[in-house]
Amino acid sequence: MRWLAATVAETIPETAQTVTLRLDVPAWRGHRAGQHVDVRLTADDGYAAQRSYSIASPPGIDRLELTVERIEDGEVSPWLTTLADVGDQFELRGPIGGWFVWDGDDTAPVLLVGGGSGVVPLMAMLRHHAASGSTAAMHLVYSARTLGDVIYRRELEELAGPHRAVALTLTRDSSPDWAGRRGRVDADMLADVGWPPSVRPHCYVCGPTPFVEAVANALVALGHDPARVRTERFGPTGG
Amino acid sequence: MPIVSRGFQGRRRQPGAGLVPPGQYLVDDFPVLSAGPTPDTALEDWDFTIDDEVGGAAARWSWDEFRSLPVEDVTVDIHCVTKWSKLGTRWQGVSVDTLLEGMDTAAEFAVAFSDGGYTTNLPLADLQDGRAWVAFGFDGEDLEPEHGGPARLLVPHLYFWKSAKWVRGLRLKEDDEPGFWESVGYHNYGDPWREQRYWDD
Repeated sequence: MRWLAATVAETIPETAQTVTLRLDVPAWRGHRAGQHVDVRLTADDGYAAQRSYSIASPPGIDRLELTVERIEDGEVSPWLTTLADVGDQFELRGPIGGWFVWDGDDTAPVLLVGGGSGVVPLMAMLRHHAASGSTAAMHLVYSARTLGDVIYRRELEELAGPHRAVALTLTRDSSPDWAGRRGRVDADMLADVGWPPSVRPHCYVCGPTPFVEAVANALVALGHDPARVRTERFGPTGG
Repeated sequence: MPIVSRGFQGRRRQPGAGLVPPGQYLVDDFPVLSAGPTPDTALEDWDFTIDDEVGGAAARWSWDEFRSLPVEDVTVDIHCVTKWSKLGTRWQGVSVDTLLEGMDTAAEFAVAFSDGGYTTNLPLADLQDGRAWVAFGFDGEDLEPEHGGPARLLVPHLYFWKSAKWVRGLRLKEDDEPGFWESVGYHNYGDPWREQRYWDD
């Protein structure tokens, strides 16, 4: 798979730790919602480092968007989130991954469960759902530490509608201003805001490993078919 | 010529960095990757089977039978296609050579299959001559379910997705048959030293 030149067209701060990079990639040939790219940064002496990042933009949009969380001792994410500016260039290749994808080619209900920056590939699915006018019912359950850590907050409010619902839960926010859900995503919460196994939803779970393990196990315990539960994991490793 | 990214320095002085394949970086922890929920199979329901190239059951071991086979301790470096490498990992397992002993087969390929439906394909030769194990121990402890326990394939000379978690057996094949990741964009063979990550690499 070839490396392609990407030029930063816009940087959008999302939270204190995350930035969306809007990119011009002239050779990009399209992707499916949920896929990711490999990014390669090269120093002036030829030293290079690679990491993978989820694509946040839906298929069919001119500019490719990556939302990147800054890992403090990371190697690639600090450059992408703090140094990268309009006009800067790096390389990427993709799209990668043909399993954790939602194409919207059926009307089965969809349950998206994201933890932290694990919401990024799920956002591509929500955006694709909205852009394609899908009538499949899609629910997102999104767990963040505090309100300030919620990525895409305003857009998520706008995306909620007849066929889309967003349930936000905060795990470490003690602010009295938050009237919504609190606590970790567990079987009770999934039974409350998810779908019953009888409607056979497609389930997509993305986040850090303990989050994915807990949510996937809870879905199976609730009676969801393991074969319809797709997972993708984000570790703080290396970034 | 690669594009130079303005101001990028990187972490080039990482100890051991010269020991990893191209495009990899070292980790000290043990990241978890999988495509679906972690299966939960009781040991009394577990078995390991080898099917021959005409689909017949050539061998079967219950958990107790499997655990009575000769055990090898292996210390190997592992390389995940998602870019992390981990050096000097210590495993306990049964060599695939032991499992294939005395088996007369014309097969040139194998598909490893797992609880949960996962599959991965390899040339049979890559499972032989002391290069592959069915591992049940990590660092002297039982292999944890999220890392593939009770037992996973261990083929450290290929990218780690070939080391199928929750493995339950091998199907020997005359023809190569792409497995799970190999069918959705990942390289059919997956040699980390040749950076065979994706189709056409």
